Amino acid sequence: MSVEVEFAEGGEAFGTEEMTLNMGPQHPSTHGVLRFIVKADGEVMRAAVPDIGYLHRSLEKIAEKVGWHGFMPYTDRVDYVAAMTTNQAWAMAGEALGGIVVPRRGEYCRIIACELGRICSHLLAVGAMGMDIGAITPFTHAIRERELINDLLEELCGSRLTFNYMRIGGVAWDLPPGYATKVRRFLDHFEPIVDEFDDLLSHNKIYVERLANVAVVTREMAIAYNLVGPNLRASGVPYDLRKNRPYSVYSDFEFDVPVGQGFHGTVGDCWDRYAVRIEEMRQSARILRQAVEGLPEGPVIAKVPRNFKPAAGEFHSRVETARGDQSWYVVSDGSEYPYRVHIRTGSFSAMSIVDALARGLMIADLIAVIASFDIVAPEVDR
Amino acid sequence: MQAFLDSIAAGMEGVPHWLVYAVGMIAFGAIVVFGFILPVAGVTSWVERRVWARIQSRIGPNRVGPGGFLQWLADGLKNLLKEDVIPDAVDQPLFRLAPYVVVAGFVGAFVALPFAGSLIIADLNIGILYVTAVTSLVVVGILMAGWSSNNKWSMLGGIRSATQIICYEIPVGLSIFPVVLLSGTLSMQGIIASQGWAPQQWHMFHSPFLFAAFLMFFVGALAEGNRTPFDLPEAESELVAGFATEYSGMRSLLFFLAEWGNLYVIGALVTTLFMGGWQVPAFTGNTLVLTAAQFGTFFLKAYLWVFVAMWIRATLPRVRIDQLMSLCWKYMVPIGLVNLLGTAVMMVLVPEGSDVVRWVMLALALFVLLKFGLRVRYHLRRANYGRMGLGAARA
Amino acid sequence: MDIQAIHKLLHDRFGAAVGPVSSARLFEFIEVAPDRIDEVCYHLATEPALLFDSLSNLSGCDYPLRGKIQMVYDLYSYTHDHSLVLKVDADRANPRVATVERVWPAANWHEREAYDLLGVVFTGHSDLRRILLPDDWVGHPLRKDYVEAPDYHGISTIRESVLNIPGRN
Repeated sequence: MSVEVEFAEGGEAFGTEEMTLNMGPQHPSTHGVLRFIVKADGEVMRAAVPDIGYLHRSLEKIAEKVGWHGFMPYTDRVDYVAAMTTNQAWAMAGEALGGIVVPRRGEYCRIIACELGRICSHLLAVGAMGMDIGAITPFTHAIRERELINDLLEELCGSRLTFNYMRIGGVAWDLPPGYATKVRRFLDHFEPIVDEFDDLLSHNKIYVERLANVAVVTREMAIAYNLVGPNLRASGVPYDLRKNRPYSVYSDFEFDVPVGQGFHGTVGDCWDRYAVRIEEMRQSARILRQAVEGLPEGPVIAKVPRNFKPAAGEFHSRVETARGDQSWYVVSDGSEYPYRVHIRTGSFSAMSIVDALARGLMIADLIAVIASFDIVAPEVDR
Repeated sequence: MQAFLDSIAAGMEGVPHWLVYAVGMIAFGAIVVFGFILPVAGVTSWVERRVWARIQSRIGPNRVGPGGFLQWLADGLKNLLKEDVIPDAVDQPLFRLAPYVVVAGFVGAFVALPFAGSLIIADLNIGILYVTAVTSLVVVGILMAGWSSNNKWSMLGGIRSATQIICYEIPVGLSIFPVVLLSGTLSMQGIIASQGWAPQQWHMFHSPFLFAAFLMFFVGALAEGNRTPFDLPEAESELVAGFATEYSGMRSLLFFLAEWGNLYVIGALVTTLFMGGWQVPAFTGNTLVLTAAQFGTFFLKAYLWVFVAMWIRATLPRVRIDQLMSLCWKYMVPIGLVNLLGTAVMMVLVPEGSDVVRWVMLALALFVLLKFGLRVRYHLRRANYGRMGLGAARA
Repeated sequence: MDIQAIHKLLHDRFGAAVGPVSSARLFEFIEVAPDRIDEVCYHLATEPALLFDSLSNLSGCDYPLRGKIQMVYDLYSYTHDHSLVLKVDADRANPRVATVERVWPAANWHEREAYDLLGVVFTGHSDLRRILLPDDWVGHPLRKDYVEAPDYHGISTIRESVLNIPGRN
């Protein structure tokens, strides 16, 4: 792909030349298959133009061919780092269009699965962030904890990454016996580990120096570029779908919405985006505790015909994934196939702001910026 | 060494002396390289991987030999047997030469590094100067590798490395000067001889200035050796593998050999300059036993710093290039100058050094060490992994 | 502010360019003329009482039977905490819609995506290139009548089913 980039002035005074660097699609820290065309003057970037689409699997087109139930496994692939929440977005779209009410126990199962998935995803995000900044140890520690969640989720649905756990109308399987105790034991173990992360990484002098005041996204900029989820909250906007537009049974639970404080620098810098994720893991743990405590009895799935044909209509299905508000625009024409599915993901918005942020930063900062937005390549390309 | 070869040359009448010296030096060099440097660098790679694994709650290499001890040998053999891929567009002569220049730079340092009281290849009267000079050859090699690879990432890595090493030569040099002032010599053995075996006799604890010089030397040496937190030239997450990106097989291994070997060089220099080198109390008249004890002492002291460098690498993130530069020019160079001045003033005021200051410095260092140990113990206790009952579900 | 009130404000200002409030069963929307959408959006984003500061989704859908490609704008105001859905019907044969990129920078990539997959041309867009598919891709896959080309750069896109290969089974 040819990209013409206009440069800011500079360079001529010293007789230096700009250098075009091709970062990706295969690069150790692009978190999948991302590509940036970087124009650099020495170490300073003049532009970093994202080139996406390397992981485009035309999921939206596939949806039109496989039917309502059949698309569920594909939703896992939209964001395979936190697949539970994408499952839920699709299930919610089908339920809204088909007028199905999910049994309460089913909703609780969903929330337990989603919040475990959220912790899982945030662990990977903060671990990989440490790795990208050069601290290799936090990554393995995060992965160690993530394994425990993977074990829990495997016990729930048999898979460790792409779960296919939810169905339109509920969830596929009830919690296995003793699951609540296991989740509680996991949380007892996990909550101190988050503190340990704070001790070992968050306030490390070098780490803070690398992230504080780097790539500051102001409140206005975040909203204009439609950043969502932790990236938006790090810029000081306390907006969380689970709180502001409660879906499922999130209104039953007490939890806080962490926002960026500018603790080490400015509100909305890379460090804030990291810190918000750390704090969100704590909040997810809180929700999990309440969910396993108040687990109601009953069925986990409503009666849904195998040949599911929701009435014609349109719906915006929105869930708060680990990467923020994921908005699904689903059109039904009353047939057994969805007429149109469009997925707007958090990573897509985050990716579109990178170019605006990158000018004037150093190459090493670009890595920090990508990591701090927690961009997951398949979610950008779908 | 000189005396030993002299005696041999005297014994061989018909042979020209230069030939005896040449053959003798090459033979001895080979013994040092194959008998000491390669195993040390290799084993260091194994130790490093095990230490990291322990820190990262992994297991690390444990298949080849007891505890995976022979992993380094297996890796070395594997790399020797691999195809030596040389991309078409590279600058062939430079590309081929670069790894050897790097290795030569670091092997050359061993010429003047002491191993024990009587074990040194050449006790040059400009020893420390020679070592700093010859290790700078590594920059040339890295720059050659980065430039000749015809790859922008490699070039960025090479240039970062050159910048970094050249900058940090200055604070490292500045922190060597106080030691030289104290010892009155540049010779490595001379510097060691001017210290005693007991900690309070080490240069490190001579005065606050020397202690600061010691810290600066270690930090600067890490930067010169491209170690975390200053591993920018091969920053994996930024520059792929930096200057070594295009290398494969043996040539790539040589870079890593130099890196691991350099760790030992750093440790040996710290030991020599600040920690009393091979000094042990004269507990026996047997020269052989004494030499062995000296060798062991020196090696352990040096390896302590190798271990610390590994520990640091597993702990700290990486700094950015501008932070690296500002650390050097804004902090380390001024502090180095103050150190030099302070040491000089102190030597005028108290020419023999003050025992009180030495003991206070030692006590201070021990106190810091104690606090650090307590902190580590606190974290180890808190990171009790046994609380989790999920292991059973997994089994 | 509810959708009726917003509609009244818009209708007073833009007249016939703004259609009536219609229902898509689960939500209500306002239809806007394709060449006026940029002005309407600018008004929505800047009018203090409305202040729709974010475009939270921009989707498109192809309706070949009606001969239309419909763009759906999902707006949200963080300031006033209200949302609004706008729809624009573009002619399927020559879909041209005014860009809203200058109102919300987020629209830049969304419009590129709609151009890439649906073939909607956003007039006035600063950088209307394909975003997900390769530059030399032929056709717009999310159109209902899209037929995949049999090969792409000499790579066949048709795969024989293993069940049909003679000699197997």
